[in-house]
Order: sequence, then C-alpha cells, then structure tokens
Amino acid sequence: MSEASETEGSRSLSLNFGPQHPAAHGVLRMVLDLDGEVIERAEPHIGLLHRGTEKLIEHKTYLQALPYFDRLDYVSPMNQEHAWVLAIEKLLGEEIPPRARYIRMLFSELTRIANHLLNISSFALDVGAMTPMLWAFEERETIMGFYERVSGARLHACYFRPGGVHRDLPEGVESDIAAFLDKFPRVIDDIERLLTKNRIFCQRTVNIGAATAEQAVALGFTGPMLRASGVPWDLRRAQPYELYGEMEFSVPVGRNGDCFDRYLVRMEEMRQSVSLCRQCLERMHPGEVRSGNPKLSPPSRDEMKHSMEALINHFKLYTEGFHVPAGEVYAAVEAPKGEFGVYLVSDGSNRPYRARIRAPGFSHLAAMDELCRGHMLADSVAVLGSMDIVFGEVDR
Amino acid sequence: MATASEGRGYEASPANLGELLQGALAGLAHPPGAGDMQRAPDCWVLRLTAADVPLGFSFLRDEPDLLLSQLTDITAVDAPERGERFDLVYGLLSMHHNFRLRVKVAVGEDEAVPSLCGLYPVANWLEREVWDMFGIPFGDHPDLRRILTDYGFEGHPLRKDFPLTGHVEVRYDEERKAVIYESVHLQQAYRSFEFESPWEEVSRLFPGPGAVADGEGGAEK
Repeated sequence: MSEASETEGSRSLSLNFGPQHPAAHGVLRMVLDLDGEVIERAEPHIGLLHRGTEKLIEHKTYLQALPYFDRLDYVSPMNQEHAWVLAIEKLLGEEIPPRARYIRMLFSELTRIANHLLNISSFALDVGAMTPMLWAFEERETIMGFYERVSGARLHACYFRPGGVHRDLPEGVESDIAAFLDKFPRVIDDIERLLTKNRIFCQRTVNIGAATAEQAVALGFTGPMLRASGVPWDLRRAQPYELYGEMEFSVPVGRNGDCFDRYLVRMEEMRQSVSLCRQCLERMHPGEVRSGNPKLSPPSRDEMKHSMEALINHFKLYTEGFHVPAGEVYAAVEAPKGEFGVYLVSDGSNRPYRARIRAPGFSHLAAMDELCRGHMLADSVAVLGSMDIVFGEVDR
Repeated sequence: MATASEGRGYEASPANLGELLQGALAGLAHPPGAGDMQRAPDCWVLRLTAADVPLGFSFLRDEPDLLLSQLTDITAVDAPERGERFDLVYGLLSMHHNFRLRVKVAVGEDEAVPSLCGLYPVANWLEREVWDMFGIPFGDHPDLRRILTDYGFEGHPLRKDFPLTGHVEVRYDEERKAVIYESVHLQQAYRSFEFESPWEEVSRLFPGPGAVADGEGGAEK
C-alpha cells in the first residue's frame, strides 16, 4: 500500500490513493508523496477505464459511432453527442431546422444542470456534507425522466443525430420541463443555504487548489475551472454554435480560482441554464426536427409501408450509412466540464478516418500535481472533487 | 461551408492572418510559404517542420497579434502509405483574439519531435498520450511514459496497422489466483462488413461521361 523512505532525517511517505476509493470519482490511481501530511508530489495514473473509443470509431459508420459519445462523460451524455453531430454537420455543410436547434440547446442546458447537480453534491459529500447529495439526486432523477421521455433511455440517450434530433418532443414534455424549471431554482437556493456559508465547507474549500488566470490558461483549463480563475471564456458566448448567439445569459466568473470559486461558478451556471431552458421553450415553434436530406434522415414509418424506395433508403441508411466529404474539421461545444471537442478527419467514405476526442477532464486532471503540491492530504480529495472528473472522458 | 451560427470559424480569424503568420514565423529555419497555409472548414491550418516546433510555437504564443495562449490539443493522424506516415496535429486557441489555429507537423516513424512542455505545461500529458497511442517520441520530454494503456503494454494502438482486437487479453484465473495475460482468442472472427453501394461501385469502376460524383448520385433510389 505505502512505502516510506528515509533520506537524511526527513521522512517521505509514498501513498497509493485508489483505484478503489470512494472519493476517487471512478478509477483513479494516484501516487502521493507525502512529507508528514503535506503533499510533495501527486502523480495520477489514468487509463484504467481506457476502452479505445477513438480506435473503435474508426471501424464504425458515422451513425454507429454516435452512442460511444454517451459513454465518454456518462454524466453529461447529450453535450458530447452534440460535438460529434456538429463536426459531421460542419463537414457536410448541413443546415438543421430551428426547432431541432432549440431542442438541442434545451437538452444541452438540462444536461448541464444534471451534471452540475452531481458534481456539486458529490463534491460536498467528499468534504463532509451529505444532505445536498440526497436533494440533488431527486432533481437529477427528474431530468433523467425527461431524457427517457424523449429518447427512451435514461442515460445513454443517443438523441442528437446528424441533421437534427432523433424525434420531436412527445406531447406534454414541454410543459413538464417548464414546470420543473419553475420549481427547480428553489432547490438551488436550498443547496446554497446549506453550503455557501457553511463554516466547514468553506474551511475545506477556500484557498484550496487555487490557480491564477495565467496558470489556468497555460494548464489547458476550460469551462468552470477556467472561469473560476477569472477568465470570462465561454464557447457559447465566444464562438456561438446553434442559436446561442441570440440567447440572453451571463457568464459567471470567479476571482480566486480555488475550489470554493469553482463551486460558486457552477451554482450560478445552473441558474443561467434554467434561464436558457426557459428561453428555448418560449422561442421554439412547432416544426421539423430533422433536415429534409434523405441521405441523413430516415423516411417516416408510414412512408416505408407504402414506398419501396423509402424502404431501400431506410435500409441503406442504417447499413451503409452516409458518406461525408473528405476533409477535416474541429468542432467544440461548451460541455458542463469545459471544452469538449471532436477533431474529425474524413476520407470521403462512410466511416471516419480518424476521430480525435478532446476531453476537458484530461487536462484538468493533468494539473493535479500543480494544484495539490503543498496542500494537506485531505485537500487532494477537495481538489479532485472540484475538478469534476469523470473517467469515461479522461480515459476514453 | 459552415454557417454563421455553426460557430465562428476562420471568419473569426484576423483577416490578414496569412501575413501575420508569415511575419511572425519569418525567423524560422523553414518559414512557411503560402502553400503551407490552408483553410479547413473551421479554421486555418499551418504546416511546420519538426525542427521548427519549439521556436515556431513560441512565436505563435507571444506575437501580440496572435497570442495563441492555449494549447487545446495534440493528436496525430496515421497514414501508413505515406513516407512520413504521421501528421502531428496541434490545436491552438487565442482567447484574446478569439480564433483557432491548427498546426500540422509531418513526422516519419521513429522520428523524434521536440517537446512543448516548456512552453505549454498542458503538453506534458498530451504528448505522453501521443507517444502511447502512436509511438511518436518527443525528444526532450521530461517524463515520456505510457499513459492510457496498461502497465507493460506493447505496441501503439491508434496506428492503422494495429488490429482493433489488440494482441493480448486479460482475465482472472481461479486456479492460479492471479490475473493472467493471454493472446486474444475470439469465439468468432471479427467481421468488417463492406456496405458500399453496388451502384457506386459500378460508377467507380466504369466512370462514364455521365457518371455522377460519389455520394451524390442516385445510389439510394
């Protein structure tokens, strides 16, 4: 488990943290060199969940590769599908109908809420507060319910498709989401009352694992990790995709870049997401949810019963798939954890030649040593919790 | 191709980016010419030689008109049929000027590339991953070990000549009470189906005067 080495009076202890540890957020093995209780070096060993997603995608058609994206960061599946379909649509030059754009934004923001609920509550649990977990999971469950109603799956939705979304919102979902959005801010208030001025929570998080703005940029931080350090950078605002350019929202930034600021930024982002969801619901009108391109979208069931050509179209679409023009493209979205990007190289066939997944958690975890050095052993758990690490995307 | 709402692409790059890049990189051993700068659907792509990597990136990072301060990604693309089989692909982002740039470096097998760890700390793990997945060594990397694959793994999985199934599989052996490694045994051979349309196959084999472009023809109907 651990070994001690004696060098000239000082005693350094090497401690193995994980891979089976409840605060490791999955399968993280971390070797910590300790001087007493102070961390001298933290060295994460990753890859225990490496499944070779990028290699597998090279052997699948574009549509078959989509479900792998749910399984990367399994806490925020739809945001990652989003990056994949955006990359394909950029190469194809495909326009998608406005309703599909609003649905995508609506579910991206709902996913952001679900992700932050999990992160904040598990972070609080890591530093000793249990109640937020119980409250947050109730709301997460409601969001999972919306997932199930639109896609049939609670987690691995596979809902965003190249050219739109799989199908339109079933009846009643819009009003139920609106009702949820009316009720939900009270839960944020409740969690905030429990944590923000909580003495223990503050002592565990304030000035722990701080990164300056320059450090954060150089270390490759994105998302709440970057904004907590005071860099007002949000892809939805800076490089808007879908219709984020016409939405009204503010980008919260922190001041100190410590664990506490990361928590505050995520709390405010949930409120902004609620507002964004409301705007989507107000602005969306009935209409098509898939581009009319038969190369991308299957014919309707009804059509298939009457038309031989439609049946062949359906068959070819789900066996051969569609061909994407040769070229390369990088598409990134502001996922709840940061910039999630896909670098896609196509050779013109029905399979990607190379698909690179840029996961935000990877570079965040790489900074573990930088952020932990000089802190106490127990603080490593707080730093890890504030990073919002999910191993599905770190290990890919 | 990308529409305005699909993210700010090269429309967002400075209008005279080509000149800016040529000006900033004039001091390199092989300064990029006009042919080394291309437009992908999303951003500009710049080609550098491996020897120019550290100096070129320091120019890109520090030039006031560029300020590409964040290295978002390092990856590679393998094309075994080429002489220099790998293309190292660096993703750069300028938050100050709000544009992206992609830098490509062609690398042959076993050819070392200078590391960027000194310029961008995030490069440490990213280069380790490229080494692990493609086997491209980074010359002065402080800690070039495998990162994603198993301890003691052999081979570089993302090379095109590495089989999808891999070479070894691992299981727990009840009799020996230990985790053991064996060569891969598949109950059924991996089948890679070829779904290309026969129609498109015909038009490729016999490209008559009326032949339609691949993927655009009446293949489905």
